[in-house]
Formats: sequence, C-alpha cells, structure tokens
Amino acid sequence: MTEKPFNFKDYIRPRFFPHIWCPGCGHGIVLGSLLRAVHELGLNKNEIVITSGIGCSSRISGYVDFHSLHTIHGRALTFATGVKLSKPGLKAIVPMGDGDALAIGGNHFIHAARRNIDITAIVMNNRIYGMTGGQFSPLSGSGKKATTAPYLTIDRDFDVVELAKSAGATFVARSTVFHANECKDILKKAISHKGFSVVEILTQCPTYYGRKNKEGDAIQMMEGYKTNTTRIGSKKLEKNPNLIQRGIFVENTEVPEYCKAYDEIIKTAMKGKA
Amino acid sequence: MVKGKTIKHLIDKEWCKGCGICIHFCPKNVLEFDINEKAEAVRPEDCIACKLCELRCPDLAIQIIEDQEGENER
Repeated sequence: MTEKPFNFKDYIRPRFFPHIWCPGCGHGIVLGSLLRAVHELGLNKNEIVITSGIGCSSRISGYVDFHSLHTIHGRALTFATGVKLSKPGLKAIVPMGDGDALAIGGNHFIHAARRNIDITAIVMNNRIYGMTGGQFSPLSGSGKKATTAPYLTIDRDFDVVELAKSAGATFVARSTVFHANECKDILKKAISHKGFSVVEILTQCPTYYGRKNKEGDAIQMMEGYKTNTTRIGSKKLEKNPNLIQRGIFVENTEVPEYCKAYDEIIKTAMKGKA
Repeated sequence: MVKGKTIKHLIDKEWCKGCGICIHFCPKNVLEFDINEKAEAVRPEDCIACKLCELRCPDLAIQIIEDQEGENER
C-alpha cells in the first residue's frame, strides 16, 4: 500500500482528549472504528458532516475533526436531513445512543428510514441512559435493573434491526465493539451505501448497565459480546437460537435515494423554465 | 517479534484510563499495568503487531508503529 498509514490523530480534535467517557466505555471503540472506516474509504475530512443529539454517544461529534453539529436531543436525524438536502455532496453520519435514536428520536428514526435519505445512522446500543444517571431505555429489555427500575424493568425492548427493516431502511447491519474490525468493515459499507443505513453497534456501559445488572466490568461485558453473538445464519445459531446475530441484514440498492428523487421533482417542476 | 520488523508501542498515559481491555485481549500477554494502573508494554519482544489493543482501546491511547527494518536505508 502506498497510501499513508492510519493515524487517528489526523482525524480528531486532540484538545478535547482524554475524552469524557468512563474507563472501559465502548463508545471510544466505536469512535476508533469510525475513524478507521473513514480512513480506509479515503474520504476527505471536508466531505463529512457528523450530526449528533444528546447523550454520551453524541459527544463523538465534538471529538472528530470533520464538519460537526451537536444538536438537540433525538433530533440529530432531522438536522442531518436538512444538511443533506442543502448539500447533497456531503456524507452525513449520525452517531446516536439507543435512547436518543429510539425513544426521544423514535419518530424521526422511522421516518428517515422510510424516506431513504442518504444518511448513515449509527445506533450505539448500551441499553441504558448513561449520561443522565442510568435510567432504563427502550433497549434495556424486561427483567433488567436500572436506577429508575430498582425492582426490574417490565417493558420489552425494541429489536433495532427489525424496526429499521420494517421502517424501510435500505441498509441494516449489526455488530459489537468486541468485533471492532467487523464493525469497521460494516461502517465502510454503510457509509458507501446510497440510502438510509442503520448500523446497530452493541457497546458496553460498565458504569451503569454492567454494575446494576451484575454483568461485571468492561472486559467481562466484551467477553459477553463474544459468546452471545454470532454471524447471520452460522452453525452456532442452529445449536443456540438465542444468540444475537451480527452482520448485514439488508442491502437494497433499488429504492430511489431521497435527494436524487427530489432533484427529479425540481426538474419536472421547472420544465420549460430557466 | 515479527522477523525483519521493529514494533514500537506508543501509549499515551495521559489518555489511558486503565480499563485493562488491551491487557486482557492481548493474545501474547505483551501488556501489563504499571504502578499507576496504566497500560505498559512489558514484553514488547513478544508482540506480533496484531493491533488488537490499538483497535479495542476505548481511549485511543495505544498506537502500534511497525517499521520494516532497513526501510530508511533503501
């Protein structure tokens, strides 16, 4: 390879480091995978816009040296939609937490998926609201402990992949921070995909989720991702159907992308004029 | 050590928060905690430059620099 070797310092704003995430938090690994994906795709830093909402995961927008917008809770996708429509040449990447994406921004999430606008949504699923003190989120699942559920949660959780699929996302994938390399490869494909891409990344919150639910420290939680997940349709899955599947679930290039379709409408409307 | 290569472990002790992920997942047991509970390469000669530590470091505190021996002379 003749190109420059990867150095994350080319892609971050070092003045904000060390970052605010807790020791062992998986979000930093997602950040690393994202930077590697951007490097391997050979993208220019000025071609990318990172839009994020509120939460631990949303701090990513401050750490990367791309165009970045740190917006309001749950509405990162709507801001990204606006940016993308005005500057369709930019690559829009939206890192979100599970609560930001599916509780506060749940409606925006399904409608962005339905529209198939070319945005890469990264759902960093740590199954809890970390920044605000460990309240249970729509992805915590039933029978879990949280600061707002000291006697276990009742609510069932969303399956992000199934939700994104049924909402019409044209690229849906899942990975974990233990599989950081696979995570990078999936992010590369998601960023290159023309249309709405959803990548769910399971990441550990040792401070709240791990401690409350006796899942141990960051290392044990990462070991858990190794043992409790498997590739789509693997032999391990036949033996144990309860394993969480990883990989690319949907990759559909036939649905028209929103910005392109919008340009067509403009052309039709302007026919005979200018 | 990989033949014909020198491997350097750059660990930013200011950024490292001592979570121990790199130490636990290193296949060759190269890393250990130092007295301040930060990662340190204590057996760098065993390193095979798989870069799993760099890949999984949540604090972006580890960089593995590989140098092909004699690269600068050519």
